[in-house]
Amino acid sequence: MEITVTVNGVERTADVEPRMLLVHLLREELGLTGTHIGCDTSGCGACTVLLDGTPVKSCTMFGVQADGRSLTTVEGLASGAELHPVQAAFKEEHGLQCGFCTPGMMLVGAALLEDNPMPTEDDVRVAISGNICRCTGYMNIVKAIQAAARARAGTAEPLVAEPAAPEPVTA
Amino acid sequence: MLPSRFEYHRAGTLDEALSLLGTYGDDAKVLAGGQSLIPMMKLRFAYPEHLVDVNRVPGLDDLEERDGVLRIGALVRHATLASSELIRSRYPTIATAAPQIADPLVRNMGTIGGSIAHADPAGDLASVMLSLGASVVLRSASGSREMPIREFLVDTFTTAVEPDEMLTEILVPAAELRSGGTYLKLERKVGDWATVGVAVSLTLRNGSIGRAGIALTGVDLTNVQATEAESALAGAEPTDEAFADAGRLAAAAAHPVSDVRGSAEYKRNVIEVYVRRGLAHARDTPSAA
Repeated sequence: MEITVTVNGVERTADVEPRMLLVHLLREELGLTGTHIGCDTSGCGACTVLLDGTPVKSCTMFGVQADGRSLTTVEGLASGAELHPVQAAFKEEHGLQCGFCTPGMMLVGAALLEDNPMPTEDDVRVAISGNICRCTGYMNIVKAIQAAARARAGTAEPLVAEPAAPEPVTA
Repeated sequence: MLPSRFEYHRAGTLDEALSLLGTYGDDAKVLAGGQSLIPMMKLRFAYPEHLVDVNRVPGLDDLEERDGVLRIGALVRHATLASSELIRSRYPTIATAAPQIADPLVRNMGTIGGSIAHADPAGDLASVMLSLGASVVLRSASGSREMPIREFLVDTFTTAVEPDEMLTEILVPAAELRSGGTYLKLERKVGDWATVGVAVSLTLRNGSIGRAGIALTGVDLTNVQATEAESALAGAEPTDEAFADAGRLAAAAAHPVSDVRGSAEYKRNVIEVYVRRGLAHARDTPSAA
């Protein structure tokens, strides 16, 4: 079956079997391997993509269901060389270790900030509760998404403190 | 994991979907949110030859209160139930259950019709709807019928839907003045099946209990209504003692099994506590309606 999907703003067509899962369409037909396959049973969230802006698990959806719709994968977060605020914050706040869950975590974070520009820690923890990380203990992921919120709002504390100017010595 | 091969049909209208179901009958399954069906197909527990995708059928996701009935289209997603102002202000049992279903990503896709028609006794919404005395609308190319959800749920993964029929709507009696409710769920972690779930819906009339609805998740072959506990409460004073008795009756009526989530004895105890706690909460926080 021939389908057309807009992936990261680019219209792509593919001829796929109906049983092909969306994650395989992205990885194998369209060559976008940033979307990972983890549990393959809709438990872990490694395969998260945004379907018309909403996070879904691409291992639990058929590619043909995405026909005519718009998808964002991790490859679509940055604009050229400029990282998405969530990506920049994951880098600065050490929001990843092995990186396997990271595409899903960042997409969920980016979608959350579209709906809720200044989420509380609880809001973030609920939003990422369908995504499993086995490295970080989640602390720095939560910190990163909140730091991205502050950066977007322009209220960020500098991530690296400027060295304080020495006190003038007065005799 | 790949499911076995199937033919994919995207229905543009409800009539088209029903006509496809009429043609393929038992060889077809309805694809809505897919959050239970697709995993089952990947595990080859299900291998339908035809999938009828209803995700783009207009009107199937309507959610409105009309003529004393809350009408929930089969395609209404859990995330929509969780964020709906109508549900939050007037249907606390649904409003508290929706954000506890699976995880946020699954809730973005999963639908109420799919959850109820899947008839997994660990599903949350069927208990909620039992407690509210809801009905389902089943449509086929040749007509439509309405049935209390209690009759619709026949057995584990088995409902009264005929092969050419589709569950299109859930009908809930509109919330009365001074009604309350809640859904309490014990789970080991987000996304796990409920160890125990308890749905409670309570209506108060002149200081007494009008109608009490109590239904249980994950402790029997279907979602089960605690009818003895409900009858004991109807017309009674809403006292802590009456609620404690109802908790004991509900626990006695369940058939939990010992498994990795806990012993049968433990689950019975959770039912007793949750029914008592849920009823007290419903009494103390009635909606203004």
